[in-house]
Amino acid sequence: MVDNNAPAGGIVLSRLSKSYGQVRAVRSIDLTIAPGETVALLGPNGAGKTTTIDMILGLTHPDAGTVSVFGRPPAAAVRAGWVGGMLQTGSLLEHLKVRELVTLMASYYPHPLPVADVMRLTGADEFAGQLTTKLSGGQAQRVRFASALVGNPDLLVLDEPTAGIDVAGRHEFWQAMRAVAGQGKTVLFATHYLEEADAYADRIVLIAHGQIIADGPATEIKARAGSRMIRATLPGIDLAALGALPGVVSADRHGDAVLLSCSDADTALRALLGSFPAARDIEVRGGSLEEAFLELTADEETADAVNVHATAGAVAAGGPR
Amino acid sequence: MSTAIHFKYEIVRTFRNRIFYAVTLALPLVLFYAIATGQRSATQDGVSFPLYFMTAMAVYGAMFAAVSPGARLARDRSGGWTRQQRITPLRARTDIAAKVVTAYLIALPSVVLVFLAGVSLGVRLDATQWLELGGLLLAGLTPFIALGIVLGYLLSVDALTPAIGGVVVLFALVGGVYGFQLAHSGPLFDVMKAIPSYWLVQAGKTAFGGGGWPAQGWIVIAAWTAVLVGAAALAYRRSAARG
Repeated sequence: MVDNNAPAGGIVLSRLSKSYGQVRAVRSIDLTIAPGETVALLGPNGAGKTTTIDMILGLTHPDAGTVSVFGRPPAAAVRAGWVGGMLQTGSLLEHLKVRELVTLMASYYPHPLPVADVMRLTGADEFAGQLTTKLSGGQAQRVRFASALVGNPDLLVLDEPTAGIDVAGRHEFWQAMRAVAGQGKTVLFATHYLEEADAYADRIVLIAHGQIIADGPATEIKARAGSRMIRATLPGIDLAALGALPGVVSADRHGDAVLLSCSDADTALRALLGSFPAARDIEVRGGSLEEAFLELTADEETADAVNVHATAGAVAAGGPR
Repeated sequence: MSTAIHFKYEIVRTFRNRIFYAVTLALPLVLFYAIATGQRSATQDGVSFPLYFMTAMAVYGAMFAAVSPGARLARDRSGGWTRQQRITPLRARTDIAAKVVTAYLIALPSVVLVFLAGVSLGVRLDATQWLELGGLLLAGLTPFIALGIVLGYLLSVDALTPAIGGVVVLFALVGGVYGFQLAHSGPLFDVMKAIPSYWLVQAGKTAFGGGGWPAQGWIVIAAWTAVLVGAAALAYRRSAARG
């Protein structure tokens, strides 16, 4: 830990829920992030990533459940200077130059990093004398990163940090990010690029429709992707019973369809037909991560299904390593 | 952690907004010369018109200066910076304190310039009278600073500009800032005496009379300030709860 106060306990989300009107943005999420971990929150637009992040930062109050940041409620952790964040939206403070803004952000924290070092690391030193309103999207994003970093927080939360940055800029961003994560900081970043999650996180938390649908080391998530999926129409069956079938790793439901992620699809299919003869429209497919992602996150019942597919397409374009 | 740097950059931001600053300083001066030049020897409410109108324009300029932090707050909010600020250890009250300081840094030169314009049209007061007059004007601004902050938390940038303009003009009108008084007795006069801008205008008269505000003036200013500071705290909570 960089902070002298040595906060302990990491980040703990417990049964966290938030709705906006009829939309259940986050549905009872449980998640624990150990100090020093770099975790990617991967999911399509509208999955609940930003709402989850806003609750961790104390910007949004959960309807139910709790957030603990190094053993404290978010607002207290923020006041202690343990948290730095890069929000997805928002312009920079007007009528200030880049170096002034980063200096201002440093002044809020008890143990900031030297402004010049952070400016160099993030590349913001190239336009240090520019007014914040006269920056390109990529430059503004670097200033945001510098602003989040300069306070030397123990937890860095980045909501789609590379949105609007070109490929070269992305590469530079993640190089800087790696240097930071290497210093023992806890990092949580949201992305809808599978490639980024895979390349830069110790652990991937896959989120869709406000729920965690997969959580594990990047390698484990990829191993899961190497398995096969069984899809069948089977209304009204208890998911737990399906999940308990031999060869099945996890079971999910979308309307009348069930989706079984299998370690041994042959065994699982025999067991499924033996136990649930009503199952029909059966498909067995080799699941790439993209495909799993698409299946797990698509929801024909929602009005934004097209949007979800479009985003999943962007993920597919990222490709696995 | 240093709040001094936050104050410093809040002030830097204010003065970098040059057009706003220039307009705020120039508007009362232009109005003063346009109206008072031709009426140098007239009297109003028992005092010379240039003195009366100088006080009125000092009030007018200072009121616009006082509500200006609210406009900056609305811009910070609508741009999303307030959210960014809320995930740092900076307390909202520090930010508001800095904005109050900038209100006075705009109001003070505005008032001084109008005083100089008054002198150029023959207004003569001794040093203690100038100080008393200036002091009462700046003391009387506190409710308007709080009002600007309430509006800055509640309204969008688009809604704020006309709202602030309208509110200032309304207070100016009822308070007698434009050089005429709506009533000199009766219920309307009682209402006027409960409005802070009325006491700002009275600051001009009481200053050369040497008496300062009567207790009612201080009570009206203090009560409006207290209520509006409370409203600002509620508006902040509402704004924070909405994210």
